[in-house]
Amino acid sequence: MQSGVFHTNYAKDMQLRPTWVMRARLVLLIAFLVIFPFVASVYWLNLANQIMLFSITAVGLNLLIGFTGQISIGHAAFVALGAYTAALLSTRLNIPFPLDVPFAMIVAGLVGLIFGLPSARLKGLYLAIATLAAQEIVLWFLKHLDLFVPNVGESISLVPTWAHEQFLSTRARADFNYYWVILFFLSLVVIFSVNLVRSRVGRAFVAVRDQDIAAQVIGVDVNRTKLIAFMVSSMIAGLSGALIAHYRGIVNWERFTVDTSVAVLSMLIIGGLGRVSGSIYGAIFVTVLPALLTQFGLLFRDILPDVNRIIPYVQQGAFGLAIIFFLIKEPEGIAKMWKDVKDYFRLWPFSY
Amino acid sequence: MMQTSQTSEQSNLTTNPKAVMPIMQVQDIGLRFGGVHALSGVGFNVYPRTIQAIIGPNGAGKTSLLNCISGLYKPQKGQILFDGKYDLTKMKPHEVAKLGVARSFQNIELFRHMSVLDNLMLGRHIHMKSGVISGGIYWGAAQKEEIQHRDYVEHVIDLLEIQHIRKMPVGALAYGLQKRVELGRALAMAPKLLLLDEPMAGMNSEEKEDMARFVLDIAEEQQLTIVLIEHDMGVVMDISDRVAVLDFGKLIGDGTPDEVKRNQAVIDAYLGKEH
Ligand SMILES: Nc1ncnc2c1ncn2[C@@H]1O[C@H](COP(=O)(O)OP(=O)(O)O)[C@@H](O)[C@H]1O
Ligand SMILES: [Mg+2]
Repeated sequence: MQSGVFHTNYAKDMQLRPTWVMRARLVLLIAFLVIFPFVASVYWLNLANQIMLFSITAVGLNLLIGFTGQISIGHAAFVALGAYTAALLSTRLNIPFPLDVPFAMIVAGLVGLIFGLPSARLKGLYLAIATLAAQEIVLWFLKHLDLFVPNVGESISLVPTWAHEQFLSTRARADFNYYWVILFFLSLVVIFSVNLVRSRVGRAFVAVRDQDIAAQVIGVDVNRTKLIAFMVSSMIAGLSGALIAHYRGIVNWERFTVDTSVAVLSMLIIGGLGRVSGSIYGAIFVTVLPALLTQFGLLFRDILPDVNRIIPYVQQGAFGLAIIFFLIKEPEGIAKMWKDVKDYFRLWPFSY
Repeated sequence: MMQTSQTSEQSNLTTNPKAVMPIMQVQDIGLRFGGVHALSGVGFNVYPRTIQAIIGPNGAGKTSLLNCISGLYKPQKGQILFDGKYDLTKMKPHEVAKLGVARSFQNIELFRHMSVLDNLMLGRHIHMKSGVISGGIYWGAAQKEEIQHRDYVEHVIDLLEIQHIRKMPVGALAYGLQKRVELGRALAMAPKLLLLDEPMAGMNSEEKEDMARFVLDIAEEQQLTIVLIEHDMGVVMDISDRVAVLDFGKLIGDGTPDEVKRNQAVIDAYLGKEH
């Protein structure tokens, strides 16, 4: 039938990577990701894992802030909930590693849903402050966890757990093995998010962000859509938290303060709001920049014996400058810069 | 000459409206903003497959009335019955949309950062089903649904002759095209009732002509009922079956274009002054 032809055309038209250049780039990326852990030192492997863990949280938060336009500056709270849920399930109920992940996601998602409720009434700055309050409430709860769960200390240790016994005997092995585990979950999150934003729910997210009156009038239940965004992004944060718990082998609330929330937020700003890839560029930038500065600073160890004390200030300064640069010069972040570069070469040699 | 595209059935409706059940009954609507009476005691019927114009000077309450129909404003008084059974004044905007009421806005309200295609696909939102999980998986149900509704959207694109801009972000389009895309988004909803708030405002006469042609073609093709707010009297008298006239929030005339033209209150309040 005629319509059959049309359908294949539309499917082609809706492809994520319509050209061979794009597909080739994807193959290169995959090759890099596969080869990397075999050639990288433990230091870089650890850094890569940290980047991927942040990327998971950032991709999830981007769905909420970048796509749906709902600002949250308390997202680390949901990472924390995922981490604590995983830690308690593993240590108290002996639930082995991958099986506790869905529970961590559900707990974080439900709490995210509850703290998303004010979004029906509050916008912009007011909502941001409500999410900040959410962060503090969750942290208070975790700091006083001993009131609710018997015999928990300030931090929960997961070592040795089932996963460690199975295949993570030493720290170096752990970095290598967890590289694959985290990469697997990050890939799932990225594929899920990319698909979500090109289908019905994701379009509703952007509609709510761009024009919430028009969104209502075409039949989008705006409040429900906001809650979905809160829940999905919190679930993804919970996933990241569960992975952090197992990877680090120890869970402590100090890792999940407002500082962490702001760090993830800055990844979105630097990487590019409203682009899935942007969250990852941002996570790379924010994680690698201080590491590079440290490496660079250590080159001067002989001339400047005090360099170790100066490095943290340089890191903070560079971080602040980077955020200011992107806010002013490239509000659409690294993702946009990368797109411009690609456009330049797409037209090359006629690019001017 | 534009009236040639109307069916004889429609002219029957307009000569003897009481013979058919109205698709929408606006009854005694009263809307206040603080001390401002935006609408008071407004009531009229809209009949199926007719073009119902609403005219009146600036600030008369035309947009407010559409907002009441859409569920965006909650009038303090009166009701708006749709299909004889749903009181739109008690419903949320997205619920009204699901009943098959679509609209465009006086000041274009598109999703600026999205492409024309995505804007129109959002018009299909109420007819689509995929949720977070099937959307996240995509391959399978969600993709099938995308393709199916893309087919419908392409039909609307053809109808409005906007093939060349389908992938453009709407924010980058010229004003006249944006108006057309907004009409397209409403049409993609396959509505029963289409509310158009000054779809031709700010257009040159050629663009107006195009827009009038689209509206008539669509009304014909999709068996639509249209409520149209428009300032251009030539256009209104030409294409509408019935005209309601608002002045300072009150209904001062309601009937066929000819009846309204002869109505003394209307002439005094509106026609006399502007033309
Ligand atoms: N959201 C609102 N808040 C306060 N006053 C409003 C609001 N919307 C409309 N009005 C007032 O209602 C009256 C009718 O406005 P409107 O419906 O926009 O008129 P029209 O579309 O006929 O030009 C005006 O006096 C306007 O100021
Ligand atoms: Mg108006």
